[in-house]
Amino acid sequence: MRVTVDPDKCCGAGQCVLVAPEVFDQRDEDGIVVLLDAAPPADRHEAVREAAAICPAAAIEVDA
Amino acid sequence: MTTTSAEAPQPLPVQPPPGCPFDPPEGLGRLRLEEPLSRISLPDGSRAWLATRYADVRAILGDRRFSSDTTSPGYPRSGMTGGAPVDGAARGFIRMDPPDHTRLRRMVTRDFMVKRVEALRPTLQRITDELCDAMAATDPAEHPVDLVEALALPLPSLAISLLLGVPYDDHELFQRLTGTLLSREKSEEERRTARAELVAYLDALVRAKRERPGDDILSRLATEQQDAGELGHEDVVAFAALLLIAGHETTANMIGLSALTLMLDPETAGRLRDDPSLIRGATEELLRFHSIIRNGPRRAATEDVEVGGRLIRAGEGVVVAVPAANRDGATFEDPDRLDVCRPNAQHHVAFGYGIHQCLGQALARAELQVVIGTLLRLFPTMRPAVPLDEIPFRTDMAIHGCHALPVTW
Repeated sequence: MRVTVDPDKCCGAGQCVLVAPEVFDQRDEDGIVVLLDAAPPADRHEAVREAAAICPAAAIEVDA
Repeated sequence: MTTTSAEAPQPLPVQPPPGCPFDPPEGLGRLRLEEPLSRISLPDGSRAWLATRYADVRAILGDRRFSSDTTSPGYPRSGMTGGAPVDGAARGFIRMDPPDHTRLRRMVTRDFMVKRVEALRPTLQRITDELCDAMAATDPAEHPVDLVEALALPLPSLAISLLLGVPYDDHELFQRLTGTLLSREKSEEERRTARAELVAYLDALVRAKRERPGDDILSRLATEQQDAGELGHEDVVAFAALLLIAGHETTANMIGLSALTLMLDPETAGRLRDDPSLIRGATEELLRFHSIIRNGPRRAATEDVEVGGRLIRAGEGVVVAVPAANRDGATFEDPDRLDVCRPNAQHHVAFGYGIHQCLGQALARAELQVVIGTLLRLFPTMRPAVPLDEIPFRTDMAIHGCHALPVTW
């Protein structure tokens, strides 16, 4: 799985951090998304897909 | 701006069916089934679209061709609460589009981000414990206790006052003004007056922060951002009004409704008490189930856009029915059942959707989780002190909830 985030689209809602805290964080200076792991292990795929599905700004893309 | 037809369509449904205060406003379910994008009449006689299906609601709120700017042509301003529609910076960033919305929202996003809220959780727990201790100490002869006044309203009010740097001693003033601003039954004139009074209060407060800054959001905006030329004084006042109103009324009502729901459902309450790890999911489900936002969100189409097979034309207004979307059986199985283990509860649109989704959602969640856990633990026998039909539900307000919730234990 490859994960990409678009900080320009991000609105800092933080839902991805709640769902997959090992993969997503928020920047200290403005609360915008930080990708911690662009190739997360299999046991986190479901959470990452969930994060992408509920991201209100469609700022998370998941490949495979 | 509006389409006219021979027969005026119905107004926005706002009343739950008689005797069913937890149901969405009556008529929304039928519309979602028969006419998911329908026409409604607004109080001034203008028309707007009403979206009731989950998929359509997400499509509209997630599409930037639908403007949040209250000054956009066709924006459905009539019947809006939260203050008489104002133009300019004073309308606050939730009533703007990018790039202004993005620039302003990002100035305060970090204050509500997940890790900041998690760091605040012990404070939220301490405030909750103190309020609960005070309740526990009441003389049984003085029961019932109003849970709204004793806990549901003070917790979020204290929390947002702390973050913003608003003296909590002034809470009666800002709670009264917020109540007027969010009432559907007050006139536009009364709302305008209340808004002016709130702005005057915050105007003086922001000036004082600039003189003697503290460690809070308003001080930072009034010094750093204002000094850097990023914000004017009026912008800071608009931030203050928006965050103060949004920061306590919504969560307060969710706390009241959540507590009541669990008091009436001892089996679910018992499950959560036995396994507090379920409280996080239960909070999402309660947000979905109650969907307290009853008067929007609202948008204006800036281009012709097809949604759910209907063409919404540029310059037409749209009102989104959150309670209908969150009870859509196409997304949520057995949608009218409260299921605290529902796997996709977090897909709800109770905080909205799109770039305007609630900035304070992590804080709201944490407050709800703390309150639910604490009440279950400390007051296992708490129950309503009056029959359900004697509880004053907020059917007159843009945000659903209880005006008062008399309880005993």
